Amino acid sequence: MDIFELTIHELHRKLNARELSSAEATRAMLERIESVEPRVGSFITRTPESALAEAAAADRRIASGDAHILTGIPLALKDIFLTEGIRTTCGSRMLHNFIPPYSATAWERLRDCGSVLLGKLNQDEFAMGSSNESSAFGVTRNPWDTARIPGGSSGGSAAAIAARQATATLGTDTGGSIRQPSSHCGCVGLKPTYGRVSRYGVIAFASSLDQVGPITRDVTDCAIMLGAVAGYDSKDSTSVNTPVPDYTAALTGDIKGLRIGLPKEYYIDGLDRDVQAAMDRAIETYRRLGAEFVDISLPHTDYAVATYYLIATAEASSNLARYDGVRFGHRSEQAEGLIDMMTKSRSEGFGAEVKRRIMLGTYALSSGYYDAYYVKAQKVRTLIMGDFTRAFENVDAILTPVAPTPAFKIGEMVDDPLQMYLSDIFTIPVNLAGTCAMSVPAGFSASGLPIGLQLIGKPFGEETILRAGHAFEQATEWHTRKAEI
Amino acid sequence: MKFQPVIGLEVHAQLKTGSKIFCGCSTTFGSEPNSQTCPVCLGLPGALPVLNKKVVEFAIKAGLATNCTIAHHSVFARKNYFYPDLPKGYQISQFEDPICRKGWLDIQLEGQGPKRIGITRIHMEEDAGKLVHGDVPGLENGSGVDLNRACTPLLEIVSEPDLRSSDEAVAYLKQLHRIVTWLGICDGNMEEGSFRCDANVSVMPVGSDTLGTRAEIKNVNSFKFVKQAIEYEIQRQIDLIEDGDSVVQETRLFDPNSGATRSMRSKEEAHDYRYFPDPDLVPLVIDADWVQRAQKALPELPEHRQQRFITEMGLSEYDAEVLTASHELADYFEECVAFHHNAKAVSNWLMGEVTRALNDSGTAIAACPVIPRQLSELIKLIDSGAISGKIAKTVFEEMWKNGGDPKSIVEKQGLAQVSDSGAIEAIIDEIIAANAAQVEEFRGGKEKVFGFFVGQVMKASKGKANPAVVNELLLAKLKG
Repeated sequence: MDIFELTIHELHRKLNARELSSAEATRAMLERIESVEPRVGSFITRTPESALAEAAAADRRIASGDAHILTGIPLALKDIFLTEGIRTTCGSRMLHNFIPPYSATAWERLRDCGSVLLGKLNQDEFAMGSSNESSAFGVTRNPWDTARIPGGSSGGSAAAIAARQATATLGTDTGGSIRQPSSHCGCVGLKPTYGRVSRYGVIAFASSLDQVGPITRDVTDCAIMLGAVAGYDSKDSTSVNTPVPDYTAALTGDIKGLRIGLPKEYYIDGLDRDVQAAMDRAIETYRRLGAEFVDISLPHTDYAVATYYLIATAEASSNLARYDGVRFGHRSEQAEGLIDMMTKSRSEGFGAEVKRRIMLGTYALSSGYYDAYYVKAQKVRTLIMGDFTRAFENVDAILTPVAPTPAFKIGEMVDDPLQMYLSDIFTIPVNLAGTCAMSVPAGFSASGLPIGLQLIGKPFGEETILRAGHAFEQATEWHTRKAEI
Repeated sequence: MKFQPVIGLEVHAQLKTGSKIFCGCSTTFGSEPNSQTCPVCLGLPGALPVLNKKVVEFAIKAGLATNCTIAHHSVFARKNYFYPDLPKGYQISQFEDPICRKGWLDIQLEGQGPKRIGITRIHMEEDAGKLVHGDVPGLENGSGVDLNRACTPLLEIVSEPDLRSSDEAVAYLKQLHRIVTWLGICDGNMEEGSFRCDANVSVMPVGSDTLGTRAEIKNVNSFKFVKQAIEYEIQRQIDLIEDGDSVVQETRLFDPNSGATRSMRSKEEAHDYRYFPDPDLVPLVIDADWVQRAQKALPELPEHRQQRFITEMGLSEYDAEVLTASHELADYFEECVAFHHNAKAVSNWLMGEVTRALNDSGTAIAACPVIPRQLSELIKLIDSGAISGKIAKTVFEEMWKNGGDPKSIVEKQGLAQVSDSGAIEAIIDEIIAANAAQVEEFRGGKEKVFGFFVGQVMKASKGKANPAVVNELLLAKLKG
């Protein structure tokens, strides 16, 4: 098997057994990136030189017998994670020249494990989008069908896994931005419970919804990555101080008696036929594995998308105010005077989708509309949280589709943002509730596009969904299929 | 028509926490621009605020000292606006759920009874940076941004519009200044902007209960200017109304050079700050236990101490107020009195010689070279008749300059008062002998001349003769 095909745990075994060095693995990965990148376009910035240096250091660490499972593993990060000394753009022209003076905690933790950074991955600008078409650095293509989008906003992170350009990647998920592209690209993607992973050094889109998570080849890798990045960080007030369990130990393969909820609001008429079929098969598989299914209701699901687009845009309008051209990032050369400089810098620096959302959020927070929109949305958010709390009184996990359809074509929805927003309809409620969920490959459409299932867990119930995802993976072969690219 | 001013004050007190409100950077004043910054206070992408617990403790102290209710649950909000000195594009402040609410302070104006001034709220917030215009390093005739001050912790203390004159406003401000410096939470340095205020001023016809349109005067940073600005503003508004014009709601600046206020921005240009709870900071929960511990740790407050000085030590209202202007001064006073129970004399010395020496040399009471025990001993020497009050001043000067205990200074320099009647008699005899003409005058009924003799005797004794003994002996001799 080619080196670039290996999972973290497979590669780790070989590195540990000295069958392979990290330098070799890294070189293989860099060559793979080189060969498929023109067709995929997953990277914004590649760091081959520092990667090879890190690989050499990892090899020394392995030789000294002090290796972590991630030591020497070549990874790549969504370009939303700050990486000290390495350009970090967040997919925006606004930050095309921004070299951060510090690193995100999540990346620092991976680096401390001795992992190797291959580069920074493409994404929708400021993580706003479901298709990766809103990046200032061009679209990323779905390795399963390059005429299609990889999903968004962590589309580069998912495409890089599907195209075998990195062993594992990190993304962020505000309304489905890890799970939806993972589903579209046939990867495993986990959005942890809000507060489980530090947001420090991660460029904020919507602070109360954003969460860092891994995108990987399989569930085992997902557990390994989560274990490395999870945990309290004193630099993030919203990070939660509870112990990090051994997630790989949770992968027992045994899910007998697991109670899984099927929310009636998610299995609606008009759901794509292939997606519905994949879900039916998945339910069948789980029954065979000994899980019990319970019909449940999440009655406020209908309001989730509207609620999300009020809260997320309100927070984004404020979070993005710092990009004013004064201290860093893009500054207009045309401007005369202060106000003109700020206005022009922002006009030139931000793309259409980001502007749309800043406008919407500014409106939702403005005096006279605040109560009608923002406050109302927060109230609905509380109701949605309540839905999940009640549902989890009876079930251990919830099974739903990730996205209503497989990956759509590039350009297909660009002119219809509202339709595009609906592609996150099954993932958004999880972010509003702050709980955890994972996308696991669960089949293919008639035209050969990956379809993912979503396992939603209780707050800090990552072990349960990882176990359930892993058991499903053991019983199926979807995750072993490769994109021909 | 007679008008009644209505004034409310918003005071910004910079907290003496050492580090900033949402990061660990230092808050030292006057450092090299941007040398006290980090990703958090620079508002870099990805940076997140973490609340400094000491700021909360200081806010609780301020709240308790001003009779506020401390909120069990309070929330940080974002106040959104664009300005180059505001790195994040929003200021983290508190809006709907501040940490302290509904307190009050009593103020006292001369010749009037105490008046209670309501405090609407106290909230915590971060300061912005500052812009530097002109020749900035690296830029000729440009503008620079110094973010050392960004994220510095502030308390905003908002009064009810209960103040009815500039004097009341200044009395309230002084009282508040005394409290925050007393608590040690603010250095009170108005020149450096550590304690500054915005004044909301309106006027209404006497007898009316409808508030007039108000103007807000921004960032006044001395007691004198507050008084001037408010008085100017009251007159300006009255003049407008009397001329048939109306007051517009606006923000105004006070110019100390002209003593006038001028328009800064009108309401039409006012911002919509789009406040909303900051999602990067979890709500602040303060349990009853925390408040109780803070209450216990609170020092005796200045007003209470002032009262105690009056009732227990028999000081006048005025003396008690002066001596409780600062914690250190009040402590110094009490320490002195503990050594020597003559509160009135200690008070006089503190407010006289000591204050003068401190002011002349720009020394703080805490760094006074004459320590309380020494001052008490000096006063004891006066009270025991060992030295005169006049000599004591010389001794004090020596103590201030070169240190040392008063007793040894008196001994070394031979300053002890002479009460020995034999020695004094000898001097008197000499003086009488030398001034026969004046003796004649006195005996002829011109009693004023007596003072001349006293002066001569004191002069001859270099001030050391005991005046009581001099008087007694001199009178006896002259009447002869």
